[in-house]
Amino acid sequence: MKVLLIGEYREGKLLESTYELIGFAEQLGAESAMVLVGSENLGLAYDGDLYLARAAVCGEYNPDLHKQMILEVVGKENPDYVVFVHSSYGWDLAPRVAAQLKAAQVSEVVAVQDGAFEVGCCNGKMRRSVKPSTGKAVLTIQAGAFPAVKRDGLPRIQELAATGDSRVEFVGYEAAEAKDIDLTRAEIIVSAGRGIGKKDNVELIAALAKALGGELGASRPVVDAGWVDHSHQVGTTGQAVSPKLYVACGISGAIQHLAGMKKSEFIVAINKDKDAPIGELADVLVVADLLQFVPALTAKLK
Amino acid sequence: MKILVCIKQVPDLESRFKPNGQGVWYDESDLAWRMNEYDEYAVEQAVQLKEQLSGAPEVTVLCIGPERVGEAVKKALAMGCDNAVHVQDAAVAGRDPWQIASLIASYAKDKGFDLIFTGMQSQDRGSSQVGVTVAEFLGVPAVTTLVGFSYDGGVVTAKRELEGGGKGVVRLRTPALLTCQLGLNVPRYPTLPNIMKAKKKEILPLQVAQLLTNEPLAATVSFHAPAKKGGGIVLEGDVGSLVDRLVGILKDKTSVLR
Repeated sequence: MKVLLIGEYREGKLLESTYELIGFAEQLGAESAMVLVGSENLGLAYDGDLYLARAAVCGEYNPDLHKQMILEVVGKENPDYVVFVHSSYGWDLAPRVAAQLKAAQVSEVVAVQDGAFEVGCCNGKMRRSVKPSTGKAVLTIQAGAFPAVKRDGLPRIQELAATGDSRVEFVGYEAAEAKDIDLTRAEIIVSAGRGIGKKDNVELIAALAKALGGELGASRPVVDAGWVDHSHQVGTTGQAVSPKLYVACGISGAIQHLAGMKKSEFIVAINKDKDAPIGELADVLVVADLLQFVPALTAKLK
Repeated sequence: MKILVCIKQVPDLESRFKPNGQGVWYDESDLAWRMNEYDEYAVEQAVQLKEQLSGAPEVTVLCIGPERVGEAVKKALAMGCDNAVHVQDAAVAGRDPWQIASLIASYAKDKGFDLIFTGMQSQDRGSSQVGVTVAEFLGVPAVTTLVGFSYDGGVVTAKRELEGGGKGVVRLRTPALLTCQLGLNVPRYPTLPNIMKAKKKEILPLQVAQLLTNEPLAATVSFHAPAKKGGGIVLEGDVGSLVDRLVGILKDKTSVLR
């Protein structure tokens, strides 16, 4: 079996998620080659064939050109699977490659079992096992689902030249908003999720945070709704935290949120849904209406 | 100018899901249905663009599925879409993203849409493939994961969300397809007058067989709950006793309560 791994590179740097692709290939027991639109001297710890295109020439985000280059390498290497990370780069590019190959795509793979790929669905509450029926298939793997593996040795580099037009012009990057609250140093974080119901209820969560001597955190939907400022957001597009105690109030546990708080030492989840995915990670899951439970807990702590 | 918005109806994600008879998707009984959240951002962006251009664009909303999806279509019309296409398909739940994309593309291919908006993914299936695949079928450029959008004279400037909270800014000419992410806009609630107006808007029924030309490329062989890793304590009961038990555990297992 052979897999073609599509590495990730942004703002002049190799992304660490690239090593999870190598871990995935090892788990499949497959031979691998890699495509990377990046630059030389990245210190990539990989001992296979590396098809390298220059980001300086073809752009870090240029879906038309990147697609063409990947298709060219697929023609040379004839892999069984073309594998991306399920990221803003991978989920954007993978369906383009799959469509041109008329190959099945399986998105956000979390495990491989009996020749089928396990993927999450229904907001992470359920799983599907999916089998491609095409000879080649395109896969995206969930970030963090497979171990990052570095391999000793140097890649054998083959240069890739960009050909063709691109219809999407990359203008530039906008940096994330500055954080005026550093949650990464907090020992206790009490976070509000969509389950709090409305903006007025943020006060209940903030009061619990205060009673515990901690900081207020929030999940993305609460920030996007304007209930809590972005500087409090925990997760993939917010801050990654590791407090001694993390209390998740009304947070179902989308993978993007879990990625930002799973390193917490002790996790308490308060949720009325016993099946919420956060329960998988929590040391204690309190099944309750948080509008009743949180004020009662706050009162007790005072 | 012509705009197409593709929407899906999904179950309320707070629901408890159980496998259907074949064990390959969820059982649809006892579920409450709503418009896929990401598609609400797509509808809202299309309607905002229509408003920006003084009502000139014609906004068509397309939905595939059985009778029940009519509710999601009506909501999109009440939010401001001009007309709708309902691709009637009782077997929609069994179709893979490739087939869904091919259905949309066969409808859209000779209609001359300048812009197509979709959600970045569905909340139930979560494949994030359909939008981009439609664009590939149609041969138009696509940009995914939009958290910013502006339009001026046939040129779209879009902001893509990136990991870590940064954004990538891109520019492209229409025709184009855009997939919408949480944070792009705040979808409006349909007002009563607009709900009444929507009742007079055209919903064109199409039979799925008229558009279906592609076989699926992948099959779901099983739908199941994730294996429980266990370890966590689940507390249930009345609020008073829950508080006492949790405080006891925190004193016991953490160093944060004195």
